[in-house]
Amino acid sequence: MAVAALSAANAAAAHAVVPFDDPLAIEIDAVGKTYASSDGAVTALGSVSLDVRRGEFISLLGPSGCGKTTLLRMVAGLEDTTTGHIHLHGRGLDGLGFVFQRDVLLNWRTILQNVLLPIEFRGGRPKQYRDRALALLATFGLAGFENKRPWELSGGMRQRAAICRALIDDPELLLMDEPFGALDALTRDELNVELQTLWHRSRKTTLFVTHSIPEAVFLSDRVVVISDKPGRIVEVLDIDFPRPRGLDIREEPAFGHYSRHLRDVLERHGAFRKR
Amino acid sequence: MRAFRLPTELWTLAALLALWEAVVVVFRVPEILVPSVRVVFDEIASNPDFYLVQSMHTLSNTLAAFVLSVVFGVGMAIAIVSSRFLEKTLYTVLVALNNVPKVALAPLFVIWLGTGNASKIAMGVMISIFAIVIDAVLGLRSLTPDMIDLGRSMRGSGLKMLLKLRLPNALPSIIAGMKVAMSLSLVGAIVGEFVAAQNGLGFVILSAQGMFRTDRVFAAILLLAAIGTTLYYLMEVLERALIPWHESQRHGTARAPAAVVPKA
Ligand SMILES: Nc1ncnc2c1ncn2[C@@H]1O[C@H](COP(=O)(O)OP(=O)(O)OP(=O)(O)O)[C@@H](O)[C@H]1O
Ligand SMILES: [Mg+2]
Repeated sequence: MAVAALSAANAAAAHAVVPFDDPLAIEIDAVGKTYASSDGAVTALGSVSLDVRRGEFISLLGPSGCGKTTLLRMVAGLEDTTTGHIHLHGRGLDGLGFVFQRDVLLNWRTILQNVLLPIEFRGGRPKQYRDRALALLATFGLAGFENKRPWELSGGMRQRAAICRALIDDPELLLMDEPFGALDALTRDELNVELQTLWHRSRKTTLFVTHSIPEAVFLSDRVVVISDKPGRIVEVLDIDFPRPRGLDIREEPAFGHYSRHLRDVLERHGAFRKR
Repeated sequence: MRAFRLPTELWTLAALLALWEAVVVVFRVPEILVPSVRVVFDEIASNPDFYLVQSMHTLSNTLAAFVLSVVFGVGMAIAIVSSRFLEKTLYTVLVALNNVPKVALAPLFVIWLGTGNASKIAMGVMISIFAIVIDAVLGLRSLTPDMIDLGRSMRGSGLKMLLKLRLPNALPSIIAGMKVAMSLSLVGAIVGEFVAAQNGLGFVILSAQGMFRTDRVFAAILLLAAIGTTLYYLMEVLERALIPWHESQRHGTARAPAAVVPKA
């Protein structure tokens, strides 16, 4: 709530003149998070600062437990920050779509009804969004599955439906927490390509959490590497590949350079020792 | 979708009646202790209007108690999960009340509400409402952290959260509670009729007992069994209609959430 108010105030104060040219989507300003737990306080994030530009695709890469989910949840207003501030520009919290690691589709709804859920939640008329939902489902290869129930779909199809749900209300900001983490490599590649194509068309500001270096390099404009204990940003790497990208860019030497560099950074910060 | 199983169950019931008849005939059980099935059916057939009226009386009180229990039970459960204060007060009181043998309260209801239908319905509600409240609270609380995050990320009001996520998610639990509450409502209505009544199957049993008309007692019991069984199967039909999406309805092996059966 506070974040929304802050971002609204911020937008009014600093960007009221030409809000459309606002180059920034998210300002993460010295944000830290400490959880109180039974055996003392756990500092999940030390102090993280990051400016996300409008229309940028950013991957958050880091070892397990470094605070990626925590950071994403704070951006989404699902978790309070312990220190620092997060400012969302534009529509603020009303303009974001969240894709969770587990698809969280509701069994009592059909796929179409699941996709329309955000519309119902904000008090809109689902009927008016029916065509848009069907079109979205078709883009993700789910045409003809709109009246199926979630349990009748495979894991990859379910995650596609979850992405459609996040996109139905045309969010400005897409937050994705390891959306493909539970999928097999082939399905993952496929969804990476689909997501990349979709992103290329809509240019939604996206924060994408992943454990996979190739996934991060393939999808991102910038890869942000976070180290653990406590989580902090240790590297921000620009990825210079033209878009749209195909899976064949993975064969290019530059792709190998990026990947090796990211692996080195992770290794230097102890990401592989603990596994 | 599995096939409707009623025919098999009808056969089982018929076999049970046949066994009863056989035992009574083979062991020459005196009619004053256990009459044969034929005698019981003859009794019902000789006075169909009487038994129909008495059955309808008990049935209507049972259904009234059931409906009130569902409405107020789900309402209270929603209140309890929506408010820390009510959870600590109302829910505590309910749990404490549930541990009172509620049958012992029947005479009180007669004093308060008289010997008419009201005291029977009140008794039915008193006995059955806990099944609904407890199971509904359980179900409403079982929203996973994932679903809560989903709801919060969509920025819906508390009401949206309740109507779109909590309630549908609790439905299997609530229906499990409703099944138990249905039989308990019948128990409540009969207990009410035992304590003070001029009609109903409970009254038939009590007055027949006074005249040592065992055939009448068994006739009433048989009708109660028929009513109870029919209501149970109606609940199964309702369950299939309301939660076709639930695991218990999708394949034969999984079970619906087990109801917490409160004490009568
Ligand atoms: N609700 C919580 N209460 C206490 N500690 C928590 C809570 N959530 C996360 N943590 C701790 O904060 C740290 C960061 O957790 P987080 O889930 O953000 O990591 P992550 O980078 O998303 O890991 P993974 O890649 O495994 O999903 C961990 O040490 C974790 O134990
Ligand atoms: Mg995580």
